[in-house]
Amino acid sequence: MGSDFVALSLPPLLIGLCASMACALPGNFLILRKQALIGDAISHVVLPGIVVAFLFTGQVSTWPMMIGAAGAAILAVLLIELIRRVGRIESGAAMGVIFTSMFAAGVLLLEQSDTSQVHLDVEHALFGNLESLIWLDAEGWASLFQIKALAGLPVELLRMATVLLAVSAFVYIFWRPLALICFDEPYARTRGIAATALGFALVTLTAIAAVAAFDAVGSIIVIAMIICPPATARLMVNSLRSQVIYSQVLAFMATVLGYMFAGYVPLWLGFSNTLSAAGMIASMSGVFLACAALFGPHRRRNI
Amino acid sequence: MLWSALSLTLGYNATLVTLGATLLGIATGISGTFLYLRKNALISDAISHATLPGLGAAFLLMTGVGLDGRNLIGLLGGSAISAALGLMIVTWLTTKTRLSQDAAIGSVLSVFFAFGVVLLTVIQALPAGRQAGLETFLLGSTAGMLFNDAVLILVLGAITTSILVLFRRPIILVSFDSTYAQTLGISPQKTDYLVLAVALAVTVIGMKIAGLILIVALLIIAPVAARFWSEKSDTIILISAIFGGLSGYLGTAISATAPGLPTGPIIVLCSFVLFLVSFLLAPRRGVLAAARSFWVFQRTVHMTQGLLSIAQNQPIYEPKTKRILQRRGFIRADGVATQAGRALAAKTLLNERRWSFWRNKMQQTGDLDEPIVYSLVSIETKLTHDQIESIDRGLSEEQQERV
Repeated sequence: MGSDFVALSLPPLLIGLCASMACALPGNFLILRKQALIGDAISHVVLPGIVVAFLFTGQVSTWPMMIGAAGAAILAVLLIELIRRVGRIESGAAMGVIFTSMFAAGVLLLEQSDTSQVHLDVEHALFGNLESLIWLDAEGWASLFQIKALAGLPVELLRMATVLLAVSAFVYIFWRPLALICFDEPYARTRGIAATALGFALVTLTAIAAVAAFDAVGSIIVIAMIICPPATARLMVNSLRSQVIYSQVLAFMATVLGYMFAGYVPLWLGFSNTLSAAGMIASMSGVFLACAALFGPHRRRNI
Repeated sequence: MLWSALSLTLGYNATLVTLGATLLGIATGISGTFLYLRKNALISDAISHATLPGLGAAFLLMTGVGLDGRNLIGLLGGSAISAALGLMIVTWLTTKTRLSQDAAIGSVLSVFFAFGVVLLTVIQALPAGRQAGLETFLLGSTAGMLFNDAVLILVLGAITTSILVLFRRPIILVSFDSTYAQTLGISPQKTDYLVLAVALAVTVIGMKIAGLILIVALLIIAPVAARFWSEKSDTIILISAIFGGLSGYLGTAISATAPGLPTGPIIVLCSFVLFLVSFLLAPRRGVLAAARSFWVFQRTVHMTQGLLSIAQNQPIYEPKTKRILQRRGFIRADGVATQAGRALAAKTLLNERRWSFWRNKMQQTGDLDEPIVYSLVSIETKLTHDQIESIDRGLSEEQQERV
């Protein structure tokens, strides 16, 4: 647990933590509003956005790709609404049509364009590159207090931390209206809450968190963290406040344990290779959900 | 090149794959329609993602006992088992816990897929794993497919399609009206299971061609596109089968013509084009038809209101009403009604009076149950001659009372 840990494991771990918690926080409200699959849809549609941004700029740079991804996510939400209303198609099916088609378009664009020079492929988008987010300037724990070394931290860390702060601030400020639109939307409307606008803001914020996390940790963590920790918490406690707190704790634990099982346990067991950290973190959140579904005190429906 | 692919003369393997993809498209079209009509469309997303750990586990197991890990039957078998497990967990979470179906689907698909990715990294670490080529199952690939694999896909595609054709009666009945089907002795639950099993089978079979991420598109897009063309479930199923088959056939053929054209995405985009055409052009439910009927309705309202004003000697203020009436020659540019306009106005007024009399009578007896926009349609087209006569009698009695 010395300088190697600080340089190689601390940054990915912190980025993973910020990403997991930033996704799990809005997930609490999404699963109550039966919009859990939004994360799934978003993480598929960002691929064409990223590829288009790459084709325009010709390089893998952060901001154009974030804008491309966000643009694709917004376009998808608009198209889904269009099909749902104009075509009178149920929202799940409308979502299925749009996200698969956009993902297919993204894959095709990627195959057609010359991306052999850069690190941009479908697998990277799915699995992320958590393990590669290392901090070369670190020489030990002391580096955490050296401004020069801190400047060498992966930019993803600062970005993910900012997103986590923004999501937390949104939830803190709009706590009561958010709770109301989750449990009783008609009543919320009579109290003068702009439920449609707030719902859209929630989805937009989730999209921002997902896009930021997507770049750093891949879409698997995003989808799993939006749903699994909140769903686990929902089976364990009955109030929204405790559900949110539990979901954050669970996201934290899943990330730490998952990272450990992927990066360290195989080595301790004598294997020479590490496993996918993103996959392990998401699997760990699934293990928690399985336990809660079997033993959680509030797992059954209230009748 | 494209022509020879479409006419199935691009070589034996390509022909088999194209035929297999067509049959798969038909099978996904049919089973997907059933899922869609039972409001279960996204469950296929959970099925397809849940195949990945089975794929990895099957490879590890087969390599472990000394077999060739790339054996397609073994890989598909493993995928089918883990997909079935995922499906059971979704059902269990939805029925036994308080999680809603979307949360159950989302958690199963993400966790299963994530665990599959972990297994893939295990496989990559093995000496035999480097050439495993399991990544091709993610996005599908037909390039360099073995002859035996192509035959296997063709045979399995034929089997699933024939199962659906064989059981089409209960499937159509349950998707149309499950309560009615139950009275005929068909169990909706068993039919649901049958279709889920077939959907699972086509997902697993189609994985090699379309890829497990995109196979879900086949189960969703063709049925949604077909829904635009009809209100009858058997017609929707037939159209969806045609759309599915067509996208499988065209997609595989197009993708065979050049390298950088991955099969899965091309098949999906073919079905998306079919969806787009349906969304825009379908009669009644399509966008153009809806816009046209809205426009016709608006014009009728303007016409009727304008003609009623003429009949009652009231001035018309609404510019659009004026424009419509003028264009049809019912009023002159200065707003005065023409001969034809007066004649039609009188007829419209009579129609309106007859309707309002009938409506009052219906309201008194309590027989009026649907809010129809009366007076926009001619009463002769809706009521019988006798009914209209009795309305006219009632109207003249009313008039005598007033005098």
